[in-house]
Amino acid sequence: MTQPVLSVRNLEVEFVTRRATLRAINGVSFDIAKGEVLGVVGESGAGKSVTGLAVIGLIDPPGRIAAGEIELSGTRIDHLPLEEIRRVRGKRIGMIFQDPLTSLNPLYRIGDQIIETIRTHTSLSESAARRRAIDLLAEVGIPAPEKRIDGYPHEFSGGMRQRVVIALAICAEPELIIADEPTTALDVSVQAQIIALIKRLGRDHGTAVMLVTHDMGVIAETCDRVAVMYSGRIAEIGPVQEVVRNPLHPYARGLMGAIPTLAGEDKRLVQIPGSMPRLSAIPPGCPFNPRCAFAFDRCRVERPEPIRQGTQSVACHLFEPAKETAA
Amino acid sequence: MLAFTLRRLLQAIGVMLAVGVIAFAMFRFAGDPVNQMVSIDTSAAQRAEIRHSLGLDDPVLVQFGRYFINALQFKFGVSYQFRLPVSSLLAERLPATLELAICATVLAMVAGILMGVYSALRRDTILARLFQAISLIGISLPTFLIGILLIYLFAVTLGWLPSFGRGEVVKLGWWSTGLLTVSGWKAIIMPAITLGLFQMTLIMRLVRAEMLEVLRTDYIRFARARGLTTRAIHFGHALKNTLVPVITVAGLQFGSVIAFSIITETVFQWPGMGLLFVQAVQNVDIPIMAAYLLMVSLIFVTINLVVDILYTVVDPRLRSTVSRAT
Repeated sequence: MTQPVLSVRNLEVEFVTRRATLRAINGVSFDIAKGEVLGVVGESGAGKSVTGLAVIGLIDPPGRIAAGEIELSGTRIDHLPLEEIRRVRGKRIGMIFQDPLTSLNPLYRIGDQIIETIRTHTSLSESAARRRAIDLLAEVGIPAPEKRIDGYPHEFSGGMRQRVVIALAICAEPELIIADEPTTALDVSVQAQIIALIKRLGRDHGTAVMLVTHDMGVIAETCDRVAVMYSGRIAEIGPVQEVVRNPLHPYARGLMGAIPTLAGEDKRLVQIPGSMPRLSAIPPGCPFNPRCAFAFDRCRVERPEPIRQGTQSVACHLFEPAKETAA
Repeated sequence: MLAFTLRRLLQAIGVMLAVGVIAFAMFRFAGDPVNQMVSIDTSAAQRAEIRHSLGLDDPVLVQFGRYFINALQFKFGVSYQFRLPVSSLLAERLPATLELAICATVLAMVAGILMGVYSALRRDTILARLFQAISLIGISLPTFLIGILLIYLFAVTLGWLPSFGRGEVVKLGWWSTGLLTVSGWKAIIMPAITLGLFQMTLIMRLVRAEMLEVLRTDYIRFARARGLTTRAIHFGHALKNTLVPVITVAGLQFGSVIAFSIITETVFQWPGMGLLFVQAVQNVDIPIMAAYLLMVSLIFVTINLVVDILYTVVDPRLRSTVSRAT
């Protein structure tokens, strides 16, 4: 098997506050291969964005990576010195944030922001960087890029700004793009375009993509594999068709059941009762047990470890091999 | 852009007209200046003669019209106490006040921005906390007290700096400058610190608060995710965004620096317009008071205008909304 672009092992992220140490990410492991799009879904606060920020090294104090390893194409990038992780950011990992309206510095021309980023990571001259910036803008679908390059962010629409943000994220040809809810703040009609763009860029450049979202439609349409996160852990991870059609984890089942379909108009949408526990009050055992219809005694005491089920991997005691359950 | 500038210019002229009316009204309501100039045994005829020579016996409207037309040509009448044209008195004093105000403002801006940026970026260091403490003192101690303390320390006790005056001045045409001689520089240090301290602490606190605010924004986080150097982020992206409101405050404060230099000039016997004004108040020298009022408001209005225009230069968003609005 070829080496994955991104490999995260047993990642733990905690936030040290005056009252307590809150664990936002608790033992998350996943891989993303070259050219693969991994979707990360889950409710707000499940730790999706924090995982993305941890990978690019942008967890700010009081948060910190407490344990685990993050490898980018075989080299460890967690706990790198500040200057070295800075060289990784933007150069080897590009990041796209949720709100394109606030992601760009309002006082600088978009061209200057792109050129600045290109010149930070390459040895291109000012004029060569400018030509590259125009090419990039054309590639992300900005019309008349040679004119628009001298525009200020406020002169662009939300969708166009997100395209500029994407151009900024890919300007040094990174191996990995982390897109943190890139379409949440956009119009529905624009969302599809942006998703198609990210997908195309990933395919054309062989870039691995980590797509954080809570939109199952986007996941089903875009991703190769999907990770369902719950309360700082991965509940289930696997190929997207499998997880969407045949979810194993009770939480994933609930999540898929909550997607409206055109066919089942007469059916009521299934809701997951209750809400995700706060970081300060995660129940012992499986964090999902208070809301789980299938919970049994063991779920309240012992934390389930990921178990392989065919191409999927699920962290749930229901899928424990039979002999161990008997024992 | 042009229409915007013109509109602001018209507003400025309106303000100046209103101030002109108030300045003129002082002549009518601030008592009879003739009584101030003559002794008790001056005869009524002599009083009338003085009154006539100063034009104080004409109808109000005539006086106002005359005052207005003269003011447009920078003629503010004759000082009651010095018997000299007010405009030449002010012109003589203007360089001293402007030099002091500019030195104080430059000092306040440079030190204030540096200290503000430092205490925002290195929030938890001892030096940053010290700056915060100093700024609290600077913002709460009255100007005259700071001046007197400085004089006591550096002029009386240590004897390093002169306690009053401007030192030697050099004439450059009509402008007299103290910035070309060593004694001039020595003389300006303490007044400039006294005058600038309040602005400095104000700017420092403003820069610190704005910078902390800007550092929390999404575009700074995105700039970090793009792998820009810390330097480029702090001093390129963050500082430029911080300076937008700082320009306004610093600009508007320059007007107050000139207006409030009265106190500093009195403490240090600085031969500027402020000192002239204080003497004028003591002697009910209304032409000087009125002219000073006009001068200060002209400076304020001009600065406001410049700041408004500067704002649009710094912030491209304003530039486009402004041109769209016109």
